[in-house]
Parts: sequence; C-alpha cells; structure tokens
Amino acid sequence: MTTLTTTSGAVSEAIGDGDTVYLAGFTHLIPFATGHEMIRAGLEDLHLVRATPDLVYDQLIAAGCASKVTFSWAGNPGVGSLQAFRRAVEDGVPNPIEIDEYSHYGLTARLAAGARNLPFMPVRTFEGSDLPAHSDNIRRVEDPFGDDDVYAVPPLNPDVAVVRAQRADENGNAHLWGISGEIADAAMAAETVILSVEELVDEDVIRSDPNRTAFTGRDVDFVVEEPYGSHPSYAQGYYDRDNEAYLEWAEASQTHESVQEWLETWVYGVDSRDEYLERLGAKRLLELQPKHDYAEPVDMGRY
Amino acid sequence: MTDVDYTKTEAMVVAAARELRDGDSVLVGVGIPNLACNLAKRTHAPELEMVYESGTIDSNPSKLPLSIGDPVLASGALRVVPMFEGFTTYLQAGRIDVGFLGGAQIDRWGNINSTVIGDYDDPKVRLPGSGGACEIASNAGRTIIITPHEERRLPAEVDFVTSPGYVGGREGREERGLRGGPAAIITDKAVLRFDENGEAYVDTLHPGVTEAEVRDATGWDVAFADEATETTPPTADEIALIREELDPNGVYTGGGE
Repeated sequence: MTTLTTTSGAVSEAIGDGDTVYLAGFTHLIPFATGHEMIRAGLEDLHLVRATPDLVYDQLIAAGCASKVTFSWAGNPGVGSLQAFRRAVEDGVPNPIEIDEYSHYGLTARLAAGARNLPFMPVRTFEGSDLPAHSDNIRRVEDPFGDDDVYAVPPLNPDVAVVRAQRADENGNAHLWGISGEIADAAMAAETVILSVEELVDEDVIRSDPNRTAFTGRDVDFVVEEPYGSHPSYAQGYYDRDNEAYLEWAEASQTHESVQEWLETWVYGVDSRDEYLERLGAKRLLELQPKHDYAEPVDMGRY
Repeated sequence: MTDVDYTKTEAMVVAAARELRDGDSVLVGVGIPNLACNLAKRTHAPELEMVYESGTIDSNPSKLPLSIGDPVLASGALRVVPMFEGFTTYLQAGRIDVGFLGGAQIDRWGNINSTVIGDYDDPKVRLPGSGGACEIASNAGRTIIITPHEERRLPAEVDFVTSPGYVGGREGREERGLRGGPAAIITDKAVLRFDENGEAYVDTLHPGVTEAEVRDATGWDVAFADEATETTPPTADEIALIREELDPNGVYTGGGE
C-alpha cells in the first residue's frame, strides 16, 4: 500500500539511524529535498550508497549523518572533488567514515543483482585493477560452463531507496525520462522506497504511455509531490542544473566551518523545501526554465 | 598555411581529436575528451557516435555539456539506457570502439590511477575513484589517455591501478582476457604510443617542444621514436571551432597558457 505524504513525513516514517540508504540518480533527478530533510531530522550512523555521491552526500557527511559510504565516483560533477567527503576520509572530520568502493559497473551490477534476486552478478571488469584487493565484495568465481574465472559482486538490497521522477500518480506509478541512471534498479532492489516527484498526475496519464513507466506503485511505499525537489540538480523538461550552486558548494565546502555556515543557511535555517525555494527566489528558478521541446506523441491505438 | 596561435591545452584537444576515426563509437568523458570528440565530429569524423557513461547513445549536444549527465546529452540522442545496460550491453558486449580516459597518474604501461595518492588506507589525497574508467579500460576496443605532461602525473609506477593498461605487458593483458588497450597518451607536450611490449614511448613532439623538456617532465627514462617527428600543428579552422563554438567561454581551454 502506497502512502501519499510529505517529505518530512516520508523521512520520519521510512528512515532510521543506522539504515542503508540509496539516494539514486546520475546527475539528473537527485533527491536534494529529501537529503536536506534527512539532515534536519538529525539522522545518524547512516550507510550511504550511490554510484555517484555528489553534493547531497557531501552535505550529509558534513552534517555528521554518515558512518559509511559505498560508491564508485565521489565528486562534484563537472567541477572537482567533494571536500567534506575528502575531509572525512583523509582526516576523520567531522567523524571517520568507512568506505566500500567499486567501479560504476561493479556497483550498478550489485543493484541489478539485488533487484533480480540473484546470488551474485558476474562482471567483466576489475581484472588487472587494484580495486579487488581492497574489497571483500569483489571476488572471482569459476565459470561453471567454461575454463575461465570471472569477477563477481554480491546483490545490494538497501533498507531504503529515495528516488525521484518527473511525474507519478498517487499510487506511485512513475513516469521518468532523460537520463535514468540506476533509479529503477534502486527502487526495485530496496526494502522501502520513497518516491518524490515534480508533479502528481492522474493514473490515466500514466496508462496513456506505459512504456515510459520506470516502475509501478507496488514497489513504492511513500509518494511525495515536491516541485523543484531536485534543485540544484535538474529535472529534464522542468528545470536545468543550477551550475552556480555547484560552484558555490566548491567554495562553501572548503573548510568544516564554512560548511556549517552553508548548512545553517540552506538546511537548518529553513523548515521545508518551500522555504528553501523562497530563499532561492523566483528569478533564479525562472532562469533555469528550459524552452519546451515535446517528443512526438505515440499512437497506442484504441483496441 | 599561416601560423596559428594556440594554447597548450588547445594543442592537446586537437591531437586527441585526430585519434578518432570516422564511424567510431566513442565513450566520451567530460572536459578535454568532450571537446576533442565534438571537434572530431565537426571536422573529419561526422559519423562519430558519442556515448556517455550516463547511458546516452549517439548524443548530439547543442552546447558543451557541464557534466557527463547533462540534459543536452539526452535531448536529441538516439537512445537513453539505464547505466547498467550501458555498461553491459554496450561496453562489455564490445559495442564501444574507443574510450577516452584521464587520471591523476598514468604510468609507462598506461595504467591509470584515479583512486588515491599515497597509501589506500591512509591516503595523502583521496581522488574521486574509478567511475566507469576501470571497465572502459577493460572493454573498449582501444583507449586514448589524456593528461597534462608533468612528472608527478607520469610516474614510472602509479600508486594505485584503478584502470588497467598493459599490465604484465601486451601478453599479460591478453592473458587476462582484457580487450583492446591504450593506443596513445596525448599530453600538452607530445603524443606517446606503446611499443610491442606495451611500454609508452614518445612518437611526436608538439611544435616548439624539445626532447629535453619531455624527458624532464616524464617520471621514467622515456624512449623516443627513431625519427620522433613534430605533431601536425592545429589548423586555423580547428582553433576557430574550439574558441567560437565548442568552448566560447574558455572553460576548458582558457587559463592563458
């Protein structure tokens, strides 16, 4: 049964201290609003997982919410490093974090195995790399049908996945377009799923174009309508990435002290996404608006 | 032909673009590789298929993407697939002819480090990590490595092998079942290629660069081709394309070098 709720309602119901949480997305549709709510909720000891931890994980780490990060590329996309992540790994500030590291293929293969209830996924990568020597989760298995060994990774089934999509009905049947990254596999692999969307639509809209459905409501526990909930990342067709914010983060995250100031202004200092958006201002949001460019409609036919 | 003014970075972009063949399917990285691919597509390789590890197939970006997950890579692409499918059915299955890679360190065998400087468990510098680099280096038909030419970036041996080059030589690579291998290292001073053992040597020097300069900036006693020639310099058209269309704000090629 899917519950229609708010971001804070979903976070308090679904996520607890010590949980393994996957905030999904590849640069696109990043669940920033939910991430900020997790910081406000004061969650601790989280195991954060994502192929591409970016600003929202840097913010969660800086706020002291994480004790472990599983990842394959930890950076500020197109800008540089994640300073808070580096401080935690290099200097244990604000607290030491354990890391579990893969390549993109390795980590997305773990999710794929998790979503499909497989004991492991064989992958043609890691051979000749030093990565397997630093992980218990990258092992060789014998090919049961041939002579060669192949590397394999175990399934990943996060306690909670937080995913975003452009639109869904109130049961959580979700339409998603543009770069989909690992969003669908994260939703299908996790125990509990929070879906946050730009807009709620009628079920008829979803059923009019079933090929566009990334996953259905049976895999979703909480649905939230949170417009601009992915800012400063983007939602294809709704708003562009706010690149200024990525550059500002590179500055603001230089020291542990300056990070706290940023969190005070943009996370602790606002009580909801609405207040965050008011602080950003309409002008800034309007500048991120793309011109329309509709796909040609498909004819499903009436049968 | 008249002499053209260009920066060291622009020379690197042009040299990298020329490594691409028309019709190649290329896995593009952000930054310099992105410029190189877009330049090649607008010059000698109009049929270049640009694939990004975010899952976009045959992207046709209207402007320079800010990252490899930029919306302009999805708009107007032929197809967009989930990450896992991009890595399995495209890269692993052999549908990618060439991959572009960079890294903090590249050694004489073309091994790449984008993981840590120093010890893994007590790193001096924690770098972003593999991303898709390890599987690109393992499964693309060939790889092109791009790096500024500095001694700290080109050590005899990398601190950590994130992405394999000719590990154990060309034979070692083949025995491990790895496809392809590095075809060239493109720097802002030279083009290096790999000999029959899989060791990098200097093939051509960019105009105005001396052998001594390259020796000083390389972390091992690097060999030079018997007749190390000059890299063909960029043309006025190539430089104009970079400055007027591809990187008009000088985000990647600026810096007044």
